[in-house]
Formats: sequence, structure tokens, C-alpha cells
Amino acid sequence: MTTATLPDTDPPKRGWYKRNEIAVTPWLFLAPAILFFAVYVIIPIFQSFSISLYDWDGLGQAEYIGLGNYSELMNDRAFEVSLWNNLKWLVCYLLAIPAGLFIALFLNQTVTGIRIYKSLFFFPFVLSQVVVGLVFAWFYLPNEGLLSNMLAMIGLGPVNVLGDPKLATYGIILAGLWPQTAYCMILYLTGLNAVDPEQVEAARLDGAKGWKMLWYVIIPQLKPATFIAFVVTIIGALRSFDLISIMTNGGPFGQTRVLSFYMFEKALSEYGFRMGYGAAIAVVLFLIMLVFIAYFLLSMYREEKGH
Amino acid sequence: MFPRPIQQASAPAQTAYKTMLPIALILWLLPLIAVAVFSIKPATDFTQGNYWGMPGSFELFNNYGQVFFNSDMPRYMLNSVLITVPTVIGAVALSAMAGFALGVYKFRSNIWVFFMFVAGNFVPFQILMVPVRDLTLDLGLYNTKTGLVLFHIAFQTGFCTLFMRNFIRALPFPLIEAARVEGVAEWRIFWYVVLPLMKPALAALAVLIFTFIWNDYFWAIVLTQGPDAQPVTAGITSFNAQYRAAYHLMSAGSIVAALPPVLMFFLMQKHFIAGLTLGAVK
Repeated sequence: MTTATLPDTDPPKRGWYKRNEIAVTPWLFLAPAILFFAVYVIIPIFQSFSISLYDWDGLGQAEYIGLGNYSELMNDRAFEVSLWNNLKWLVCYLLAIPAGLFIALFLNQTVTGIRIYKSLFFFPFVLSQVVVGLVFAWFYLPNEGLLSNMLAMIGLGPVNVLGDPKLATYGIILAGLWPQTAYCMILYLTGLNAVDPEQVEAARLDGAKGWKMLWYVIIPQLKPATFIAFVVTIIGALRSFDLISIMTNGGPFGQTRVLSFYMFEKALSEYGFRMGYGAAIAVVLFLIMLVFIAYFLLSMYREEKGH
Repeated sequence: MFPRPIQQASAPAQTAYKTMLPIALILWLLPLIAVAVFSIKPATDFTQGNYWGMPGSFELFNNYGQVFFNSDMPRYMLNSVLITVPTVIGAVALSAMAGFALGVYKFRSNIWVFFMFVAGNFVPFQILMVPVRDLTLDLGLYNTKTGLVLFHIAFQTGFCTLFMRNFIRALPFPLIEAARVEGVAEWRIFWYVVLPLMKPALAALAVLIFTFIWNDYFWAIVLTQGPDAQPVTAGITSFNAQYRAAYHLMSAGSIVAALPPVLMFFLMQKHFIAGLTLGAVK
């Protein structure tokens, strides 16, 4: 190998490196990661901001139109529907946190076979959202689906969940809650494992039990788990795309669109390649997310300072 | 322990709990069980409207045989493997190095570089879509596995660096100090001292990233099209278009597509959960 002879041919440089080893090494180790991350993540964020000021079909000449795309958004009915649906996603998706805690409390026992139960309850999280979407789409089928059959058993008529503009979004959110609840459950199971048994015993001696115990003794100790559950659930809610694309493709009548889906539709689907308009929608989504990102980072920063 | 161990409860309560467990599990997995049953049914069941009754005949081998030998599924599966494995290697390698740099060295911009990775990891994908697609086109990598792999490595590096850095922070620092006093070069400290201690983190990240990338759908449809480069998540939609209303085949196809991460999870469960719940306990 030629590398073995390299130091001899260039001794002064090696000396400089030796002297500055502690200062230089971290940057050498960081270089590839920063390069990749900058090219594919950081720079594109700014590029999107700039593209959103243009009218561009992705191929021809881009035309600068200032805030034209944004003012068009203000009067776009479909954008408004998507924004509202995003809000529904955010609020309803957070149900995964209490639901996950509930299942974790249910499973936090030491009976035989409980480990298998825990992994099987967690199982939906491992499935791809595409598969979850298909599974639930079949579950909701208006006549043949399991849901309608189960409703028929208790004497209720068939419902076409995904065909009903009012119900469809909630139907999709429910499908999304399935794996998300599993994720929150595993976070809480880990958290419950680390709850300080002495505090629980002490509280028991003081007569605390049931809800009181849960609220005043257990939940405060689960704070780190709750924080992570909150972060991943918010991100999951705002990223929702796969399920919508698979289950309804935005329909019926565009009533299940969310910003991430609408953006894709505008920029890349058969309805035309409006890159600038799509980028403007993405910027709005990003700004919503930024509120949460700032909050997450601030929490983490405080944590870091505390160390 | 909370809730109170069931062993301390009355005998009927214990029995009730033990009967509720399997019932709750079946309800929880009901949609999935339905699909598993679909996948072993014959086509005639669906044409005759026998969706939920007993399977007319046992067609496991026929249905899955169709998927494996008579469709594009094996190709999509291979694409998924060829996208997922290099991504796992790349993201884990890059982030092990970055995590080492951020976890071991004190320099002024350390926390800002770290937060850049963390923040980038929270970003909604859609803001990256147009520029990344454009970049991939410019590089001539549109509709190639390489194009997808490069992007995935870059994006996953955010999460992985967060993970690695926190893991390295928790390692005993005197070990590194001792090596320095001995005059060991920094890269040798990384290779011979830190890396061996990071094995659990490497394993946890590898299974997590494998699952995330295998299950990716959005970037698959943004950066690729057709059976040459598309992974199985995107392929399953064309598969389903081909076998419209053939629920037995669509179900079998979905199960096949979902299988690798499921196997990965059950085989590497400890690492998988350790990775997902990092930080859930202080």
C-alpha cells in the first residue's frame, strides 16, 4: 500500500497534525456526516424557501413571482381543507399517548408468557405504513369488510368509512393510531420498568392508590417517556402521507388531504408539475413544524445545560 | 411496581386477567389476523362472497407461490434489500464517526452541530422533496437505487448521530483519557477503544434503520418508478393494481412485503427496543 510511505514524503504536515490533533480530529470525523447532511437536508430546506417564490414546472425556465404562490394559497379551498385535516391529525394522533400508557399499565405484570404478549402488542409498529393502510382499507370495505360485518352482528347497518367525506379522515387516523399506540406503549413499558419501587411503596403506605397513585406518583416519574412519546407522535402526525396515499389517495372529493399529501399532489402528480406552489405548501408545513422543533430543541438544550 | 402485581389480587381477579390477555390481543391484532386468513383462501371464496367464513380450501402454498414465482415481487424484494443494506451500513458508519466527534471532544460549536443534526431529523420530508428530487435528477441518479441510498444515508444520519452521541456520552470517559496519556492516536482510540464499546448501539441502530428504510414509501415514489429500482413498499401498489380485487393474492403479497422487518424485530428484539426507547428512562 502507498499509504505507508505517505508520512515520510510530507513530514511538516504530519507535525502540524500532531500538534493540533485534538482540535482537528473531531472535524475530520464529522466531515462526511456534515457533508451528506448539508447537501441532502440543510441546503434543500433553504432551496425550498427560494423555489416557493417561483412559478416553475420543474423543467423549463422558472419565473420569479414573489409571494404569488402564497397569496394563491390564501384563496385555495383545498389548502384550507388540508390545513384543517392536519389539525385533526395533530389532535387525534395525541390519543396514542394515553392509549399507549393504558396498554402498558395493562401489560406491566409478570405472568407467564407476558413477554410474548408485549412483543405481539408492539408488532403493528414494525409493519410498514403501506401494509397498515392496506390492512385497514380492507377492514373498512363497505360491504365485505370486517368492520361492516361486525356492525351487522350487533344490528347496525354497513358504513363506508373511507367513502364518507366526514368520516374518512378519522378512519385513516385510526389506522395511524394503531402502530403509534404500540410505539407509545413500548416507551411506557420501559418507563414503568424504571419507576422507583420505594417511592411506590412509600405512597402505598400513605394510602395512595389507583388514579391518585398514577397521577401523583407514577406519571411524574414517566416524564422522559412522555416527552419522547410526544415528540414522535407530533412528528408522525405532521408527516402522515403513506396512509392517505394508500387508503384514499386524498379522496373522497379531496376531503382527506393533508398538507404533506396536497404538496405532493401539486408538485408531482398527474395534475401537473407545480414545483413552486408545492414548495410553498411545504414551507407552510415546515413553519408549523418549526414551532414544535423549537420547543423540542429548547427542552433538550435545558437538559444539556443541566448536566 | 405499578400497577400492583396481579399475584397479590384475588383468585378470580387473576383468572379474569389471564382470560382478558388473549382476548385483548386478538382484538388488537384483528385487522392483521383477517389479512392472514385472506392470504390462505382460494380465489373462489371471494367471488362467492365468502369473505369471513371458513376458507373453502387451504391455498397457502398456491397463493404465496403465485407471489414468489409469478409476479414482480421477488424483484421488488431484491431492490429493497439492495437499498436497505447499504443505507444501514452507510448511516451507521457516518453517525458512529460523527457521534464520536460530538460525544468525546469539547469544542465551541459542538452543541450547535449536534442540534443541527437533531433539528434536521425532525423536519417534514416534504420540504426536501422538490430540491432533493432535482438534485437526484441532476446527478443522473433518478430512478436508481443509488439515488435512494444516498438520500437515505444523509437523512438517517441525523437520528443516528443523536443516538450515537448520547450513547458515547454515557461511556466511561477515563478510558479515553487513559489511552491519550499512553499516547494512542485519536483515530486509534476511536477504532480500538470506543467502537468495541459501541456494539450494542451499532446493533440497535442497524435494526432500527433497517426497519425504517425497508418501510419507506414516500421517497420510493418520489425518487424511483418501475420495477428496476422501486422497493417493495412501492411495488406492492403496482402488484395490487395488477391483481385488483384478488384479495387472496394482495394479502399474501402484503404479508411477504412486511416479513423482513418483522423477522428482524423478533430476532433482534432486545436491540430493537433498546434503540427505540433510548432516553425514555433517565
